[in-house]
Amino acid sequence: MKELLIGNAAVARGLYEAGCAVISSYPGTPSTEITEFFAKNDDAYCEWAPNEKVAMEAAFGSALRGKRSACCMKHVGLNVAADPLFTMSYTGVNAGIVICVADDPGMHSSQNEQDSRHYAIASKIPMLEPSDSQEALDFAKLAYEISEQFDTPVLLKMCTRVAHSQSIVEIGERKEVTKEYTKNPHKYIMTPGNAIQRHPFVEERTKKLTEYAETSPVNRIEDGDDSHDFGIITSSTSYQYVKEAFGDSVAVLKLGMINPLPVKLIKDFAAKVGKVYVIEELDPIVETHCRNIGVDVIGKDKFSILGEFSQKSIEQAFDMADKTVFALDTDIPVRPPMMCSGCPHRGMYYVLAKNKITVLGDIGCYTLGAAPPLNALDMTLCMGASVSGIHGFNKAGGEETENKTVCVIGDSTFMHSGVTGLINIAYNQSNSTVIILDNSITGMTGHQQNPTTGYSIKGDPAGKVNLEDLCHSIGINSVRVVDPYNLEECERVVKEELSKNEPSVIISRRPCVLLKYVKPKKPLWVNPDKCRGCKKCMKFGCPSISFRDGHAVVDDTLCVGCGVCAQLCPFDAFESEVPVND
Amino acid sequence: MTKNIMIVGVGGQGSLLASKLLGRLLVDEGYDVKVSEVHGMSQRGGSVVTYVRFGDKVYSPVIEDGEADFIVSFEKIEAARYVRNLKKDGRIIVNTQQIDPMPVIIGSAVYPSDIITEMKAKGINVDDIDALALANEAGSSKACNIVLMGRLAKYFDMPKEKWIAAIEKCVKPQFIEINKKAFELGYNS
Repeated sequence: MKELLIGNAAVARGLYEAGCAVISSYPGTPSTEITEFFAKNDDAYCEWAPNEKVAMEAAFGSALRGKRSACCMKHVGLNVAADPLFTMSYTGVNAGIVICVADDPGMHSSQNEQDSRHYAIASKIPMLEPSDSQEALDFAKLAYEISEQFDTPVLLKMCTRVAHSQSIVEIGERKEVTKEYTKNPHKYIMTPGNAIQRHPFVEERTKKLTEYAETSPVNRIEDGDDSHDFGIITSSTSYQYVKEAFGDSVAVLKLGMINPLPVKLIKDFAAKVGKVYVIEELDPIVETHCRNIGVDVIGKDKFSILGEFSQKSIEQAFDMADKTVFALDTDIPVRPPMMCSGCPHRGMYYVLAKNKITVLGDIGCYTLGAAPPLNALDMTLCMGASVSGIHGFNKAGGEETENKTVCVIGDSTFMHSGVTGLINIAYNQSNSTVIILDNSITGMTGHQQNPTTGYSIKGDPAGKVNLEDLCHSIGINSVRVVDPYNLEECERVVKEELSKNEPSVIISRRPCVLLKYVKPKKPLWVNPDKCRGCKKCMKFGCPSISFRDGHAVVDDTLCVGCGVCAQLCPFDAFESEVPVND
Repeated sequence: MTKNIMIVGVGGQGSLLASKLLGRLLVDEGYDVKVSEVHGMSQRGGSVVTYVRFGDKVYSPVIEDGEADFIVSFEKIEAARYVRNLKKDGRIIVNTQQIDPMPVIIGSAVYPSDIITEMKAKGINVDDIDALALANEAGSSKACNIVLMGRLAKYFDMPKEKWIAAIEKCVKPQFIEINKKAFELGYNS
């Protein structure tokens, strides 16, 4: 059966067909849909873990017990999971483990542009890199074969364009795989004495995997038609751009296995084609390997180390004819993403901006509070860094910062890695104020459940972490809950907690307006007789409110009736009942 | 020969259903198809773009400058933003709806007043259409996407019934009638 699937859905299908029995993941664009699609299967277990390290270790446990497992994450998630990754390379596996990691060249939805292929090299773990959905499915299945044959976890590297592009795939059948569990301390207890025995195994394994890479069908040469005096080594989505630009005219070495890289295959290809270009997004991994084995290539001198490629990058580099482009004279205003109409984060940000409070931020929808007109954030680094960071900020700033600095972190991000920072605040006693923006969902990645929501990935009732109890038990005495739709309450509580001489937590609680169970209220409207055009409501940055003909107007297709704008208006111009025209 | 269609608009406007419909239709017709969109941050009210490519064999999932045979824009200035992707003899279908981006809302930028006229003056094939009004006529403002697909279908050498069949496969049963009506209104506009 043929289906049009995004790369992530194809990975999920491949994992499923290979008999994967347990997936544990943390959501992160562009990796999230792998786990979401897998969760649609009723005969395999699937979960959202609190973070990627927990997820990878859960996958390790499953494989140890004898069931094929996987964990999926975005590139920066692999940083969080790097600890188990490096030592799982030593233990190897019982049943196979596939670690799916999705890079985001071009940073469509990420805080950096790191190249995950470095991790494969550093941890000495094989990595496969598909270039479309069919390969995503096939490579996911192959990854388990390699994992069990060579006794190693296998990394499956996606990138945004492969993860989120739909192409046609052939669907197959599922095959169950179970391995016997037997106690094996020398292999699975990584004390120095045992690990020192495993390291030579890892080095030997890499040699065998290199042999495999020389002849594996995932690394293949496609002959050209003699019209070019060069050949191209490429992989992933770059392969598609090369084929788009050159068709079948140029000789290509298409690499599906990116670690370890073949040696003889590359040397033979270079000997055949003469001049060799390496076309790879982000860092010069293949290029450096070619140089290391004595093959002279042209790579980052000609193709950028930054961002995504396309067929245009290739056409420009090879001076192929430019296409005619229509250009307009009018400046088109940019359209950045923004917090939604009725977003509960906005009320709290308005209060913080109004009071000129320094705000250390975190990763999620609420990072959008950094944008105009609120300009509410001072810092965003990585998951959990707001809570750890405010501790250091206040230890350094003392009384000068303690009473006018807060940090903000979402419920899911707090569970991921904010809680450890809060333990540090409680333990080492900094006078810090932590605001948990609890919208009862993982928002930015598209609504995934988390340990605070009380529901599992399948929407079934699950364990629920009580944030108030958790904060109390850590040792935070002052824990307050506010409704971010109530500006007066938010302002009062923020001021009270900032003035206290002890650590405190404010939970700003209201569910995301996009959640299905949150029913929108009737839209407000602006009574033009009352509106005096003072533009106070415009400082709030609500996408439903715009300014036309001297007064504010509300877009009734967007407004969800949250009523926060009405609290800002000095003239009570926002009204809930629209007059009936007859 | 590969054909290229771009769907552009504002995050949350329903371009996903439009690309799903096109994907379904073109796969059923036996083409090789690639559909590419970006998920994540841009979906929060930002400018969004979907690429649909079909032919005997499609390689790249993206459409570059000067390559689109058709651009379907759900919003006026999004049409202007992406018109550089249009082929010289391509056609851009524009919903005349205006959605102010945040820089316009807060007064740091101006919404261009007559972008459609400028595009036409440049010799661009522009189909401007009040898809929102037609969608409301069909029974839901959310059916804008299918009104625009109806308009696009006019330029395809493919029986209308095949589009209708694809709508029936892609839309929840309770919304099929509204969407079929929206398609007809777009097709006959």
